[in-house]
Parts: sequence; structure tokens; C-alpha cells
Amino acid sequence: MATTHSKAAARLMIAPSVVLLLLWMIVPLGLTIYFSFLKYNLLKPGTEWFGFKNYYYFLTDPSFVEALANTFYLVGGVIFITIVGGVLFGLLLNKDFWGRGIVRLMVIAPFFIMPTVSALVWKNMFMNPVNGLFAYAANLIGAEPIDFLAHFPLASITGIVAWQWLPFATLILLTALQSLDQEQMEAAEMDGASPWSRFWYITLPHLARPITVVILIETIFLLGVFAEILVTTNGGPGAASTTLTYIIYRVARLGFDAGGGAAGGVVAVILANIVAIFLMRMIGKNLDK
Amino acid sequence: MGQITLKDITKSFDDTQVIPPLNLDIKDGEFVVFVGPSGCGKSTLLRLIAGLEDVSSGDIVIDGNDATHAAPSERGLAMVFQSYALYPHMSVRKNIAFPLKMAGLDKDKIDEKVSGAAEVLNLTDYLERRPGQLSGGQRQRVAIGRAIVREPAAFLFDEPLSNLDAALRVNMRSEIIDLHHQLKTTMVYVTHDQVEAMTMADKIVVLNAGVIEQVGSPLELYHSPKSRFVAGFIGSPKMNFIPGTANNDAAFEIGVRPEHLLVVTEGGEFRGKVASAEHLGSDTFVRVDVPGVGEVNARVNGDIDVNYGDEVGLQINGPVYRFDEDGLAI
Amino acid sequence: MARQQTISNKLVWTVLAWILGATIFFPILWTVLTSFKTEAQAISIPPVMFDFDWTFENYETVQERSNYSRHFWNSVVISVGSTLLGLLIAVPAAWAMAFVPGKRTKDVLMWMLSTKMMPAVGVMIPIYLMVQSAGLLDSKTALVIIMMLVNLPIIIWMLYTYFKEIPGDILEAARMDGASLKNEIIYVLTPMAVPGIASTMLLNVILAWNEAFWTLNLTAAKAAPLTAFIASYSSPEGLFYAKLSAASTMAIAPILIMGWFSQKQLVRGLTFGAVK
Ligand SMILES: Nc1ncnc2c1ncn2[C@@H]1O[C@H](COP(=O)(O)OP(=O)(O)O)[C@@H](O)[C@H]1O
Ligand SMILES: [Mg+2]
Repeated sequence: MATTHSKAAARLMIAPSVVLLLLWMIVPLGLTIYFSFLKYNLLKPGTEWFGFKNYYYFLTDPSFVEALANTFYLVGGVIFITIVGGVLFGLLLNKDFWGRGIVRLMVIAPFFIMPTVSALVWKNMFMNPVNGLFAYAANLIGAEPIDFLAHFPLASITGIVAWQWLPFATLILLTALQSLDQEQMEAAEMDGASPWSRFWYITLPHLARPITVVILIETIFLLGVFAEILVTTNGGPGAASTTLTYIIYRVARLGFDAGGGAAGGVVAVILANIVAIFLMRMIGKNLDK
Repeated sequence: MGQITLKDITKSFDDTQVIPPLNLDIKDGEFVVFVGPSGCGKSTLLRLIAGLEDVSSGDIVIDGNDATHAAPSERGLAMVFQSYALYPHMSVRKNIAFPLKMAGLDKDKIDEKVSGAAEVLNLTDYLERRPGQLSGGQRQRVAIGRAIVREPAAFLFDEPLSNLDAALRVNMRSEIIDLHHQLKTTMVYVTHDQVEAMTMADKIVVLNAGVIEQVGSPLELYHSPKSRFVAGFIGSPKMNFIPGTANNDAAFEIGVRPEHLLVVTEGGEFRGKVASAEHLGSDTFVRVDVPGVGEVNARVNGDIDVNYGDEVGLQINGPVYRFDEDGLAI
Repeated sequence: MARQQTISNKLVWTVLAWILGATIFFPILWTVLTSFKTEAQAISIPPVMFDFDWTFENYETVQERSNYSRHFWNSVVISVGSTLLGLLIAVPAAWAMAFVPGKRTKDVLMWMLSTKMMPAVGVMIPIYLMVQSAGLLDSKTALVIIMMLVNLPIIIWMLYTYFKEIPGDILEAARMDGASLKNEIIYVLTPMAVPGIASTMLLNVILAWNEAFWTLNLTAAKAAPLTAFIASYSSPEGLFYAKLSAASTMAIAPILIMGWFSQKQLVRGLTFGAVK
């Protein structure tokens, strides 16, 4: 099978993908790094050398630290909610009950909803302080309706994003639970293990790998959350719901500052790489089993 | 025709040589079995013959033609894989017909041959099923059917029975033997199971770490093993090996087959306590713990009355094999 | 499940599971229902669940006012086009890596996945400028290409895990059976690879359909797919719940249905075969 001839053909077949991805990585990244050292306003013609000033301005912007913290809370919050919720819901859906197929369809549905739709639906039809269903519910119990997006913008966005990703975690953990060896469970039961210790010593270790996978994949996608912020709060009020992604968008697209945005982009790439190395280590360990 | 000659062939994967220079002649119509422990290079050797791997050096001659660099399909050989390697998306009929279709036979001819093969292999009722809907034994038959219809110069089998349960394995073994009697085509058969080798082969090739230890008929190997390795590998239960000094033999080590020992109450070459006695009815396997020698197995008649803990003697009643320091027979 | 459980137990689990499912699904159901209400009914207090005068007028208005079908078509072209283009490039690569693995195959795959770690904002400005200077701002072409590049690592990975499961024995058997490379591909490889390619395609269409960073940043009125079109409802003058719901329902319905059909393949596809 593995003859010299086929090896050469294989290389030829892989080449286009590698070249394209290499270009896709290197060219824009190189330009971003280059721009980050320029004074470059998109509305004014011409550029000039700016040294590290873009970085200086970007990193000393008080909303940068806030954005960093917000990103951490958003990604961490969503992952926390989806993993805990996913384990609980996975355990529930793994029980024998009537209508499994339909409940499954209902539970995974939010994953297929486009971000702009889910953000707008939650914003207007649920969280709106006048016409939203939450406001109606608050009035019903005699409480003051809350303007969620004004007072708890980051928590609200975390909730919306978690709603979108909860099905993903649930489905993966449910699938993993279904592959859990029943005889192992029964053996543990014979050994006198309580339901709690069975969960702790058998189910949870069995879920370690899928949980790792969920964390990895969600991190990749969640670091880029954008549309949900754009259509709900626009990063506000102030910078209360501005993430790293969003602050760069703001600088570059709304402030027309290509140099500043590029500096922010470089910072984002560096931070993402730190996370990536950390994650790859973790998965490398967990996936090679 | 189905005559295969291997001349000084070697095979290395990267830097490790799996097959050192090896020579072998397989005659037309012979049933040759490659036997040896797992990892000794049996499959590699078979795949070299098939053309699925390229030899690192040496020549392969099939029916007088140099086939060293021929593509697998040009060698006129058919192979039955351990995993059966059936095409999952084709019906049994299409699976068997596939090599004929590739050979460009017309439809009527293909139908005729497929029906013939199905009849021989008892597959007629299953022709429209997919492999996934068949039992292990049936899948095995389909794989064989796919090989038969091509009327190859030789069949190559790579541990074809190892995925079957014990009873089915015995059945399929006889079916393959019958097939060989019917077709009289050369068969090269790989197994790690010496019982399969002994029962099926005209000629056994014993391999050890890529090296041929001995070639011969089953009885030749049984009666005159050239090395300790062959002696230990052929025969069941395994031959007993006893340090030469224990019995004042002029050998580093001696070997006695369990069936060449008698269990006696008085005397005997070795004495010890019975560690276990397995009464099978037809035979009794007795394991005796001999001080200074270790465990010695004997295979004696079924009605003998020995039990755990009895003090017994073992008397040699047959040939004694002698081996030197290098494990070669003296 | 090996054991029979009592009916009352099953009843409890059924109630809990349905409450959970209904709660999670409720926002979608509510959106669909609202799309059939009049604007007044959409914000009526108390809210009405089913008991209203069903109307299609929102769908008609959305269609007339904003040329909905063009945006829908844009979404189709971008998601399907980028997926097909991606498959064209990825199938040979994944194929080679699965069947002729080299020493570095695993490293190459890992590297490809790591390109997904690069945040889109990190390269937004140069991409924007490059697309602009190519005159492709607000064009479907640019988005097809970019979406293809964004999803290429995922496509390759998914295909790789599917191809990896095709036993090499079977290909060798085909070779022994005298199949030429062409016939091997037509009769053996393709039929066994098609299911994997199909699920990869389905999942990537879903991902591309819902992608909302590049679509929002690189399109305006002309090439905007549904993600960008729906976003235009966030402006205060677009605040009509019933119409927003109608536009949303049309945007999510096709993909929701596709998603439901592909749910069996979803888990293994999105986890690259790590969870089956
Ligand atoms: N494609 C390969 N690459 C590297 N080493 C291999 C390859 N195929 C087999 N080997 C090595 O060659 C030796 C013999 O393998 P094999 O022929 O499969 O043994 P057997 O069939 O007797 O069990 C083993 O040590 C195995 O690890
Ligand atoms: Mg083998």
C-alpha cells in the first residue's frame, strides 16, 4: 500500500489545503503586524510609522482591561453553564421516558439558530423591559420589570450564548453517557456504591474526555462571539459588555483606526495562542487515549 | 498452475528488517501453511507474495515469470483476509461478482460463475443480502467465494478463521480442506495456530522472527524437529523441556512429548506430586511437579486413576529429543 | 436501560424531560407563533399563546419590503458554495492523510486545527482591505472564498475521521480483485466515502449559514445573507415583533430542519470523531 509512488501522490493531494491555509494564516497576519506599527486612519490618505504607540494606546485604554475581563467572564460563564447544564440534562435525557425523540429534537434546536436571530429574539421578545415576556412575568408577581440588557448586559449576553451552546454540550455528553458500559455500573452497584459515588467515580471520569472536547470546541467559537453583542448592546452601556473581539471591531470599524485595530488584533492573536497552547496540551493528553 | 518461488527476498520497514533473506519453493497444488508466533512476519511474507507490499530485495517468481514488481492484480492470486474485507455496500452476489466484473467478463458468464460458487459454498439463499446481515461464518464463505470465482493460480489466506468461534472454526477448516481437494489449486495459508497447521498442511513452514526455522510435512516436523523452537511449537500439549543435567544426558536440554510419558506408581525416570489431573474421558492430562526439574506434563489414557497430590513416577515411553546450547537438535 | 423501571418512575422522568425540552425550545416556538400574529397581538398583554387570529401578512410584508428572497438566496449561495469549494479541496487532502499516512500527518492535522484558533478580529483589517482593493466588498464571491477558508480545517478533520474508518483491507481486496485505480475509486471508495462526505457537507452548510462575523463585516445591502439582514432589525425603526418573527422563522426553518435530519451525525462530526 505505502509505496514511494503513492507517497508522492499523497503529498500532491494535501498540498492545496496546506498552501491555502498557510496563506490564510500568514498573509493577513503579517499585514496585521505591519499595520500595527503604522498610524493608519482609514478615512485619511497616507500612513506613517508609529512605533509601538498603537500598542501603547490600545493596552492603556481602560476599556481594554474591562474587555479582557468581560471576555473571560463570557467564555468562562458559558462553558461553566453548558458543562454543568449539559451533564445534568444529559443524565436526564439518558433516562427511559416517553417521547425521547421529540424531546431530543426540542433540546438541540437552539444550536441551529443563527446568532443574530437568537440575540434579537431574546432581546426584544423576552428581555425588553416593556414588551418582553420577562417584564410581563415580573408584573404578574408584582415585581419591578428589569431592563436586563441595560443593567446586566454581560450576564444577559452570557445567558443568550449559553442557550445556544447548551444543546451542543448536552448532546455530546448524552452521546457519551449512552456509551457508558452498563455492566460496569451494575458491578459498582453490586459492590455497594451509592448513586452519588457511582456518578462520582464512574460516570464523571467517563465524561472527562467529552467534557474536554466540549471545552475545546466551545472556546474556539466563543472567543469569536460578535453578532450577539452587536445586535443587543453594541458593547455597552459604556464598555460593560465589550469583549476583546468587540473592542477591536470598535476601534477599527467604528473609529476607522486601522493601526490601532491591528495592534489590538495582534494582542488578540497572542492571547488566543496562549489559550490554544494550553488547550492543545490538555486535549493532547486527553485525546490520545 | 500455481508455482511460487521466493529467492533471497527481504523486507524492511524503515530501518527494521522484518524478513531477513528468505528462500522458499511452493509447488503447484500444494497446501502450504506458514505458522509461527504472532509478529513473526507471516502476514508480511504473504503480502509480499500478494504484491500488497514491495520486497526490499530479492525476486518472486510465479509460474516461471518474474512477478517481483507486478501489481497485485497481475499476479493471478486471490486473497482471503482475516477481516474478510467484504465490500459493505454490495450484496453478496455483487461481492462475489466483483473480480469477474473487473476482469471484464460478460454478464451471463458472471451469473453462471457466481451461482456455481454460491452452490459450492451454500450461499445461494443469501445472495441478495449485504455482508452486514450475515454471520461470521457466512461472511467467511463469501470472502472465499470471491476468491474462488477468479480461478486463481493460488489462494492466499491470512488467518481466515481467527475471528470465528471454536466450533465454527473446526467446520470451516474442513470446508477449506475439502475445497483444496476439489480445486487442487495451490493454497498458502497463514496461521499462528499449530493445530490448524498440522491438520491442513501438505507442507508447513515454521517462521520465527522472519526466519524459516524448518520446512516439512506435519509428521516430519512432529517426528524430527530441527530445533527446540519447532519442537516446542508443534504438538499439543507442548513438549516438556528438561535440563540435560537432570538425567545425565549428553545434551544441554532434552525434550519429551507428553504423549511419550507414562504415569506409574513405582519407579520412573522422574518422580513428583500430581499438581493437576484433567480427565477428559478420552485422555488424561497430568501435570506433575518434579523437584529439581519443574512441571512435567503427561498425556495418558483416559481411565487412569490419579488425583491431585498423588505421588507418581513418569516413565519415558518414546523418543527423547536432544538440543544443544543454541537450541538446535543433536 | 438494561433494567425494567417502574411506570411511576418513568412518568416522573417523562414529565421532567418534557418540561426541560419545552423550556429550551420555547423561544423558538414563541418566535414561530408570533410570526403569525398581528403586531398588536404580538405585544398584547396578557400575551396570547395560540388563541389569536392567524395571519400570513407578516411574511408578505417582509417579502415585499426588504426583498427577502435575495438575502435568502445569498445565504444559500454562500453556505452551499463555500462548502462545495471546501470539499473540492479537502477531499483529496483528507483522503491522502487517511490512507497514506506519513510521520507528520498527525502534526499537519493538528496545525490545521490550530488555524481555527486564530481569532477573526486578528486578521479583520487586512482581509477587509484586501477584499476592498479587489473590488469584492459586498460580493458573494468574497464570502464564498472566506467562508471556505474559515471552515476548511473543520471539513478536512471531519472527512479525515470518516475516511479513517474505511478499512484499508477492503481497498487491498479490491486491488487483489483486479480493480484498476479508477475502478477502485468508482466502485469501492466512493460508495463507502459518500455517507461521510454527505454529513460533512450538511454540517458545514449549517455552520456557514449561521456564521455572523465575516458576513456582518464584509457585506452591505447587496450580498448580505440572512444573518446580516436579520441584524438590520436591531435598529429601533425595525422594531416590529411580528415581522421580526416572520423574517427569523424563514431564516431558521431550513437549517433547523436540516439540523434535525443530521442530528445523528452531528456529535461525531463536530467532535471530529472523538465522541461517538
Ligand atoms: N506496515 C508496517 N510498518 C512497520 N512495521 C510493520 C508493518 N507491518 C508489519 N510490521 C512489523 O513487522 C513484523 C511482522 O508483522 P506481521 O507480518 O504482521 O506478523 P504476523 O502476521 O506474523 O503476526 C511486526 O513486528 C510488525 O510490527
Ligand atoms: Mg498477521
